[in-house]
Amino acid sequence: MAFRSKRPEHGGPPELFYDKNEARKYVQNSRMIDVQTKMAGRALELLCLPEGQPCYLLDIGCGSGLSGDYLSDEGHYWVGIDISPAMLDAALDRDTEGDLLLGDMGQGIPFRPGSFDGCISISAVQWLCNANKKSDIPAKRLYCFFSSLYSVLVRGARAVLQLYPENSEQLELITTQATKAGFTGGVVVDFPNSAKAKKFYLCLFSGPSTFLPKALNESNDEEETKESEFTSERVPYRMARRGLVRKSRQWVLEKKARRRRQGREVRPDTLYTGRRRKPRF
Amino acid sequence: MKLLTHNLLSSHVRGVGSRGFPLRLQATEVRINPVEFNPDFVARMIPKVEWAALLEAADTLHLVEVPKGPIEGYEHDEKFLRQMHHVLLEVDVLEGTLQCPESGRLFPISRGIPNMLLSDEETET
Repeated sequence: MAFRSKRPEHGGPPELFYDKNEARKYVQNSRMIDVQTKMAGRALELLCLPEGQPCYLLDIGCGSGLSGDYLSDEGHYWVGIDISPAMLDAALDRDTEGDLLLGDMGQGIPFRPGSFDGCISISAVQWLCNANKKSDIPAKRLYCFFSSLYSVLVRGARAVLQLYPENSEQLELITTQATKAGFTGGVVVDFPNSAKAKKFYLCLFSGPSTFLPKALNESNDEEETKESEFTSERVPYRMARRGLVRKSRQWVLEKKARRRRQGREVRPDTLYTGRRRKPRF
Repeated sequence: MKLLTHNLLSSHVRGVGSRGFPLRLQATEVRINPVEFNPDFVARMIPKVEWAALLEAADTLHLVEVPKGPIEGYEHDEKFLRQMHHVLLEVDVLEGTLQCPESGRLFPISRGIPNMLLSDEETET
């Protein structure tokens, strides 16, 4: 989140990245808190726990306890594991209700089989994909994590892991190891058309496979049907484009409208849109 | 660290498996935290509790009024559930150690947080 081009995982191990300064952001920065809380809410929603029942949950990469507090507010009890002492210190200062453990998820989850009714993780699992020591093999650590997670979950329980995969190969590596460990499920992608709002949730089931929850999309609010509408409305668009002079203001506005229809992120139209610029451009 | 967590924790040192439970508890600082009583939750956790381990831990911490086992119809026995609630959720170990029964490895507890980080040699292959 701090670097636009450089991912935090490339700079070193998580216990060093999440130092006191980073921990402070998770406690003070309102935007950070807002994003993390929203993701925790969505993960809990995807967990589909039985209504009105307090459950015992595991929070992987609990950090300063933001997601854990959300779980507590919903009436659940939880245990959090994190590798960064600075983040756990911040969690202690915030007086979280769940128990905290200092541990490395890639070394396995140190609990008895069938301990937890469910598991969530917010923005943590992608850290397993980068080897920080020469002895680390990401695939092995991922398998160790997933197989121990499978064991500590009650039969039929779910795990919802929100993560930031670097690319599709990384996502595939993660899902392969999860499948090897015995999980079924899939990836739910919220707001796939938006670069900023796009979020990946790896939903894993430890029992027989069930349906994957529906992803969120901007168009959900307008209640659009999935089928395309066959009308003659398309023809006027093409006619409108033909009449326009290339690079004129009208052409620029029309192109921006077209891209908005495609669902892309487009800057709003202002009085500077398509204005005449000096010949230097 | 609550006693409920201690009752579920198991050592993940390489080669130990199920013999890594229960972790032997030594506590130098304990605190009693009042926690809101939720009978539903306590009743649901009773089947998961390993009683021998719980009684051993309660003994080490010199707790009184600890039920010796689940009683008939515990889901509706409020006195039993309140006693279990106190033992499992209100007793907080702040400083101490946990010892793996098989390998002897010590996991220190500091400010209520057990340090479960393993070295490279101890990590499961």
